[in-house]
Amino acid sequence: MDENHALYKTMLLIRRFEERILAEFSTGKLVGTTHTYIGQEADAAGIFSAADPDDVVFSNHRCHGHFLAYGGDPYRLAAELMGKVTGLVGGRGGSQHIQWRNFYSNGIQGGIVPVAAGMALAEKEKQTGQVVLVFIGDGTLGEGALYESLNLAALWRLPLLVVLENNRYAQTTPVELAVAGSMAGRFAAFGIPTWERETSDVLEVRALAGEALAHVRSGAGPAALILHTHRFMAHSKGDDTRPPEELARLRQFDPLTIHAARLSPAERDAAEAEVTAVLTDAFSRAASDPFPSLNTDDQRLTTND
Amino acid sequence: MPTVLDSLNSALHHAMESDSRVYILGEDILDPYGGAFKVTRGLSTRFPGRVLTTPISEAAILGAATGMALRGLRPVAEIMFGDFVTLIADQMVNHAAKFRWMYNDQVRVPLVVRAPMGGRRGYGPTHSQSLEKMFLGVPGLKVVAPSALGDPGGLLLAAIAEDDPVLFVEHKLLYTRPLLEAGQGDLADFTLETGGEPFPCFVLRPPAPPHLTIATYGYNFELARAAALELMMEHEIFAEMVVFSQLSPFDLPPLFDSLVRTRRLLTLEEGTLTLGWGAEVLARAAEGSADRSANFSLRAARRVAARDLPIANSRPLEDAILPQVQEVVAAALSLL
Repeated sequence: MDENHALYKTMLLIRRFEERILAEFSTGKLVGTTHTYIGQEADAAGIFSAADPDDVVFSNHRCHGHFLAYGGDPYRLAAELMGKVTGLVGGRGGSQHIQWRNFYSNGIQGGIVPVAAGMALAEKEKQTGQVVLVFIGDGTLGEGALYESLNLAALWRLPLLVVLENNRYAQTTPVELAVAGSMAGRFAAFGIPTWERETSDVLEVRALAGEALAHVRSGAGPAALILHTHRFMAHSKGDDTRPPEELARLRQFDPLTIHAARLSPAERDAAEAEVTAVLTDAFSRAASDPFPSLNTDDQRLTTND
Repeated sequence: MPTVLDSLNSALHHAMESDSRVYILGEDILDPYGGAFKVTRGLSTRFPGRVLTTPISEAAILGAATGMALRGLRPVAEIMFGDFVTLIADQMVNHAAKFRWMYNDQVRVPLVVRAPMGGRRGYGPTHSQSLEKMFLGVPGLKVVAPSALGDPGGLLLAAIAEDDPVLFVEHKLLYTRPLLEAGQGDLADFTLETGGEPFPCFVLRPPAPPHLTIATYGYNFELARAAALELMMEHEIFAEMVVFSQLSPFDLPPLFDSLVRTRRLLTLEEGTLTLGWGAEVLARAAEGSADRSANFSLRAARRVAARDLPIANSRPLEDAILPQVQEVVAAALSLL
């Protein structure tokens, strides 16, 4: 498949998946919470088109886009969000806590970074040649565990790529109220090189990610990829305090629109039809799957196993 | 005579020698210093690539160990003073202990965190605590504590062999203690029963029908046995001692079997009294007593623990805050 077409389809899959999730929440078919990736699709699509399929990924609360771009099955993700036994982790984790192959996510800000550093140490010691990618946001810059980990990663020259997606809001708090100084400077303090760009163009992201990944894969130690992006929807569901005119203004940075210009109308229509078919099948199968039940023999608090 | 320290140090040497996946990480663990309490002595000389000295970053130490464990290594992390486990709490509770179950048993996290706990050395409020109670009952986490009984090094090797995270609590005063065996020295009159694998529970049975059960773990077994000897010599009161190696989760049968014989329970720990280990042990005993299938009816129970205060630096104050042998004797007599 043509590269441009593939990137578009990945971004469209994420967009339509997330729209479907928000719709299901609004009609009460889904409960709990979610954090959509709408507006940031170019990051995941660009990065994973530049990464090796066997690289290790630690993602965060906003992980759906990363997972789908990694090659994850939308059906298993939908089932997980619905709490079904066929979900990625059998309904135990839900939206923020998934695991499949070399992909992991957790809902704790910052705490995943030292874990990713340890994974990178393991890959280095095992000489697998794999890079560990860990995804953080501007909000994560407030967490101390991040800086402990950057220090370790630099000291031990770990094959770790820290992807900082700055969507300019930590839940409702604008970056101006939460981040002092420079983002790149935080990595520079540890001697970690950064690749930084303000872009919603998937081709730019892919090129930049390719450079950063090549640096890490060469054995030169960790790197940071700082992508200034835009989140179009609420942090989770109903917690957007931004004025409507600002949200409307952000649409000029829509990564799908930017990249769509490189495809013919027929190609775009074909991608739309393909994604619709995949998601219709994924959500209908997931909806009819059974819920898990608790194995009462599995009371690990009271037994040795 | 080998000490608990010798036993633990030999175990780490053996673990690293026999399994190249075992890595040690922690602060100031390189030779010639070999760790604040010397448990890691000699390791960095023999296995230089697999002994990683770290910055003062407890959260990163445990996070890195968790990531290593997820990706096929078997890390053993040292937290220099157990008081600093507060700094690893997020990594332990929301990452290491959670991953296996949260990820539907698709992953394992085989890591050991060694943490020297305990007071009685005049180290003051932030270097003397027994904070393991904060980690008891965390789903997915085992808490294990060696005593001078049995084989502390074997216990550590068993922890390293586990596929789930283990918090391994070492009381500082244990390090210089010689390994103990029943039937020897001041334990000559007691018989030892060892049950449960791989983290056994020890039951020390007195030479006459026992009047009460003293449940304890770790270094506080030293206080329990001093109290048991005094009760026997001075008062002709016989105490049976149940010494746990695995604090959480824990097996009830050894305790219940003892309570069938005594129906009186005294718990002894060095952590603070309120909502502590002894509270859970007493609750389980009370439930066992209320359960018609259990063969005992609990007559009396009591906890001896540290007062609910920070641990003072001044020795007389520290002694007044931490449990003492005379308190154990008095509490035992009050149960009869």
